Amino acid sequence: MVFNFTAFTYIVALIGDAFLIFFAIFHVIAFDELKTDYKNPIDQCNSLNPLVLPEYLLHIFLNLLFLVCGEWFSLAINIPLIAYHIWRYKTRPVMSGAGLYDPTTVLKTDTLSRNMREGWIKLAVYLISFFYYIYGMVYSLIST
Amino acid sequence: MSAYNQNFVPPAAGTANGNQGISLVNGLPGAVPHHQQQSPPAAAAPASAQQYLQQKAQQQQQQFQQPPAQPYPGISSNSSLPPPPLQFNSNIANKFLPPSSTSANNGGPPPSTLPQHLRPPTANGPTSLTNGSNGAPSANSSRTASPGLIGAPQLGGLPAMPQNPQYAHGAPLPAAVPQQSQSVASLTSNMHQMNLNRTNGPSANTAPPPQQLPPQQQQLPLANPMAGSFMGSKPPNLNPSASRVIGGPPTVGGVQPAPVPAAGQRIMYGGAPGSNEQQSQNQQNNNLQRAAPPPGAGAAWPPSLPKAAVPGIPPPMQTQQPQAQSAPFAPQQPQNAAQSAPFAPPQQYQYGQAYQQPLHQPPLPQQQQQQQQHQPPPPTGMFGAQPSSTPLQYQSQPPPPSMQSQGQHPYAQPQPTSGPPQLGAPVPLNVAQQGFSRLWGQDTIDLMQNRHILSPATLPAPKVVLHNQFHESINCSPSIMRCTVTKIPETNSLLQKSRLPLGIVIHPFRDVNNLPVIQCINIVRCRLCRTYINPFVYFVDSKMWKCNLCYRVNELPEDFQFDPATKTYGDVTRRPEVRSSTIEFIAPSEYMLRPPQPAMYLFLFDVSIIAQQSGYLEAACSVLNRHLDEMPGDARTQVGFICYDSFVHFYSMAEGLNQPHEMTLLDIDDPFLPRPDSLLVNLKECKELVRDLLKLLPKRFAHTHDPGSALGAALQVAFKLMQSSGGRITVFQACLPNKGPGALEPREDPNNRSAKDVAHLNPATDFYKRFALECSGYQIACDLFLMNQQYSDMATISGISKHSGGCVHHFPLYQKTKQHMVDSFRMCFKRYLTRKIGFEAVMRIRCTRGLQVHTFHGNFFVRSTDLLSLPNVNPDAGYGMQISYEESLTDVKTICFQAALLYTNSEGERRIRVHTVCLPVTSSLPEVMHSADTEAIIGLLSKMAVDRSIASNLSDARDAFINATIDVFNAFKIAQNLPSGQSGQLIAPRSLALMPLYILGLLKHPAFRVGTSTRLDDRVYAMDCMKTLPLDQLMKFVYPELYKIDGLIYHARNSNASTTEEDDEEDPLPELPRLQLSAEHLDSRSIFLMDCGQLIMLYVGLNVPPDVLEAVLGISSTAELGDYVYGLPHIVSAEYDILQRFLLRLNYDKPYSALVQIIRDTSTAKGQFIERLTDDRSESSLSYYEFLQHIRAQVK
Repeated sequence: MVFNFTAFTYIVALIGDAFLIFFAIFHVIAFDELKTDYKNPIDQCNSLNPLVLPEYLLHIFLNLLFLVCGEWFSLAINIPLIAYHIWRYKTRPVMSGAGLYDPTTVLKTDTLSRNMREGWIKLAVYLISFFYYIYGMVYSLIST
Repeated sequence: MSAYNQNFVPPAAGTANGNQGISLVNGLPGAVPHHQQQSPPAAAAPASAQQYLQQKAQQQQQQFQQPPAQPYPGISSNSSLPPPPLQFNSNIANKFLPPSSTSANNGGPPPSTLPQHLRPPTANGPTSLTNGSNGAPSANSSRTASPGLIGAPQLGGLPAMPQNPQYAHGAPLPAAVPQQSQSVASLTSNMHQMNLNRTNGPSANTAPPPQQLPPQQQQLPLANPMAGSFMGSKPPNLNPSASRVIGGPPTVGGVQPAPVPAAGQRIMYGGAPGSNEQQSQNQQNNNLQRAAPPPGAGAAWPPSLPKAAVPGIPPPMQTQQPQAQSAPFAPQQPQNAAQSAPFAPPQQYQYGQAYQQPLHQPPLPQQQQQQQQHQPPPPTGMFGAQPSSTPLQYQSQPPPPSMQSQGQHPYAQPQPTSGPPQLGAPVPLNVAQQGFSRLWGQDTIDLMQNRHILSPATLPAPKVVLHNQFHESINCSPSIMRCTVTKIPETNSLLQKSRLPLGIVIHPFRDVNNLPVIQCINIVRCRLCRTYINPFVYFVDSKMWKCNLCYRVNELPEDFQFDPATKTYGDVTRRPEVRSSTIEFIAPSEYMLRPPQPAMYLFLFDVSIIAQQSGYLEAACSVLNRHLDEMPGDARTQVGFICYDSFVHFYSMAEGLNQPHEMTLLDIDDPFLPRPDSLLVNLKECKELVRDLLKLLPKRFAHTHDPGSALGAALQVAFKLMQSSGGRITVFQACLPNKGPGALEPREDPNNRSAKDVAHLNPATDFYKRFALECSGYQIACDLFLMNQQYSDMATISGISKHSGGCVHHFPLYQKTKQHMVDSFRMCFKRYLTRKIGFEAVMRIRCTRGLQVHTFHGNFFVRSTDLLSLPNVNPDAGYGMQISYEESLTDVKTICFQAALLYTNSEGERRIRVHTVCLPVTSSLPEVMHSADTEAIIGLLSKMAVDRSIASNLSDARDAFINATIDVFNAFKIAQNLPSGQSGQLIAPRSLALMPLYILGLLKHPAFRVGTSTRLDDRVYAMDCMKTLPLDQLMKFVYPELYKIDGLIYHARNSNASTTEEDDEEDPLPELPRLQLSAEHLDSRSIFLMDCGQLIMLYVGLNVPPDVLEAVLGISSTAELGDYVYGLPHIVSAEYDILQRFLLRLNYDKPYSALVQIIRDTSTAKGQFIERLTDDRSESSLSYYEFLQHIRAQVK
């Protein structure tokens, strides 16, 4: 039972991942609301856009920790998502503020369904990695 | 330009029915009663169907007339003399003639007769087709029929009208196949119609099929009426003859007067009656045979007849004429001839070929049996029979293309093309099948063989065929709402197989005449999906209705029972909501979120130095000044003006001032309003000040040298000004905004204008988009007039209009010295000022359950999945929607789209305009393909391509065009089971035959072309037009109409010479053939007219006769024309008048009349004309034929 840096990393990752799960859930709910006409797309985008960068940065921060403590496998399973995030942000529509979602296009059925799917998939990824982080934390705690 | 809606008649003014608070204001008082009148007949399905197809009133006449057209009826009329018994005999005799003679004829005559048909196309067309196609009883008659037809034209007076169409359409058959069979039968059976129908027709009308009298008897009576109506000479005789013929059944005589409805046809072709008829005919034949051998019959006939008969081959037809004339001679025989003739021809051919000999020789019973066997009872039988018996006959004959093509006209919806309808199908499609398919618009064309495919005239929208004829008649006008297919695929997979885009293009606020306007306390809507009640709902009983979109059963409010037009209770179906698929409600207060806003207009003028150099301000102000009173609005109307260069100038027109007061805002980075009021002033109260200001403005800035243009700041203050009320901001921009917020950098590389990849189609900043979204939230729309001299980044600036429901107008290189540009701008701006406007509008598109709107195209903000926010809506804006499937439509027969536009009109009245379109659902892939609406598809594809080129890039969009075309033809090949692999053919359904032509036009359009130098702003503007133009104008924009106006000139001269007094307004314009856009049609001796929408080009050949030049253009030689000549001179001549009228007609549907440019053959402006000849090859693009080859090579 040694509380080393790796264990600390996993604990932080667990907490961070909980937030990420929250982001993903919020994302899914927000788009569902859009789909069912509960919300005005302008308002919805205004509430979603500020959350995009924090989510990405938090995710990258966790992976930096993994990198520092040499948790290569944890890092590896997250690399694709990081790449996707970077690509996503590079191809975002022209907008002056931060964020990804353009109220004029967000209601296109294609965009809407893609965003919904993205939300669900990310939720699944975060959940799975959450359990893996628990395992990683326990493992690092008892390994020595 | 087009007529304004009269719908504004105030509710009170109209026939406001105080009763139950429902007042109905009919835009057209006449219209409603009209409907009502129609409605009763509509109850009888057949009658209503006919109404649709052709002019209602005329139809009946035509029906009668048609029969007379054919020779037989005439004969019958004459033949009042013969006693009933003779009829049979006579028939027999006649029959003899045909079989014997015809049998001989059959071999020879077809070729000979066919050419004859060709000559008189009108009469023959439809019939010939039908004949060929039918395997049914009528089928036999095809050849004979045709001769008969030939005779008809000779008769003269006969109207060539397509009888068939009426019948075919008239009979509303539930199943497509039965319809076809019937229609075919009807067509083929012109013979029948003429012979039998006329005769039969009445009977059919009178009595249901099974009960029909012996066919012969019935036939006779009919024939007489027909003849009587037509001939007119011997009407009295007819009745007697009829009565005699009928003998027992008196009903026939009484029935005769009534027009022959479709029902009659049904009966005829329907199983029992048809067979009976045939049998009877057969019997007659038998009798005839017995009675007299062919030669004898000929001898027996009146002198005139023999002539025709004797010649033998073509005789039957020709004889008919003489018969009619001769009829008086021999009392008995004429009847016989008349009766027999009608019957005989069909029989001759039917059995003639297959059975000729056996029929004649064997005794009656045998013949009957044979005939019965071959003539299967009802429609199905007909189809089945064809392949076995008839095809051989037809195949042997050379297909009569002309006849077929003619036949198409009436029937086939999408095929206006009379041209060269050669069937391209390599596969053993026999002529009969071809005939069928033609009738139903399902024929195919080998595009490789038919390069001249454009129809002679403007294409009509394909017709939506519904099972319910009443619904069909009142379906939403295609000019308002059109779907890319007229039959919706049942499932998404079927749609995918067809590779067609599914969507609708809509022009919701179009200026329409005769719009019914209704005011009622509660507007009846579905409680679940909020659909407005419409003609396509199902009334469960008098208290309930079933929504046609979500299928919920709703209650009907009590007051819905009341018919405001007739002020009666009880008949729900008389309500205007149920009688018109386009209707406008005056909305009660529940439909208002706030009190209806007044009309608010704010004008923003760019007064930078570039703007001043262009001099647009002068024209704009003078037009404004002139039309200030015509701007829509009530007493609350407010206007305001802001000018901006590097600073923003406000004009206060407060009361008490005797001159507008200018205030200049220097702090453009943080703009604010200099004073809270008096910037927007009431137009009525301050009209003089406004006029003063408009006079002062051009001078005020005439000498500024400020290069800056602070558009962003001006917009921000404008927004603050309008925030409280909403309204319209009109922006005039002449250069790139380069100061303050929203400043832009030039992005275009002028040396790269013809590059393959076009960059910068996307906005450079989202400033303008965000502004537009903000505006749309406050019900403000921004319209943009871009009068730029140089690159002004329209892609970015137009964001203010795109997302706020505004419109964009572009006048590139505007200069006040270019008079044509000034004129064009003035016309456009005038239209802009005076057209209708709807404020704070929203539009919702509802679809039948199972479908959903996938993507919207146009200028608006999408507020939720099916709701468009349109701060302003104008009558010149079109929209498009892609539709996708949520679930399959397996259990559904029809689907509906409903567009409901809620807006505040300029009088502060809240209104809802509802359009509902109903479309049938099909599970057959070929039907889907054949029901495609090319123009709507092109409209939708162009919108999708704009999206694609913005989201991805231009070459993707171009590839998408080509791939879409290839996919569609591939899908069609699969649908038709054509052999895969390369062949020399490119088979297309008639409905999609024009697709490659239009696609090529799109590929060469400024919006999508590459390799040709195109200014970025022009391209972006063209793309914007693709998104927002209504379909009719979009088509002219994509594929201009080219006419050779020689026909007009000749017409003018001829009519001048012949009828001077009648050719005033009444003189119809000759129908000019539309030419494809290829230089091969050009001719140095002619003048050509190209209608590109907002520009009409007159191309004057080098060798146009001087007298024509003199009469049309007032010049003696083309050398007198300058390089750039705009507008027609005023000349007094018939040719000039007719040209003006033609232009008027071309301009009729346009928002404002087009500018006319005259181009001399050798002028430097010729390039503008040649550039639009998209069928021709250019340095960087394929010709039409090459494009076809490319497509063909790709189609597997």
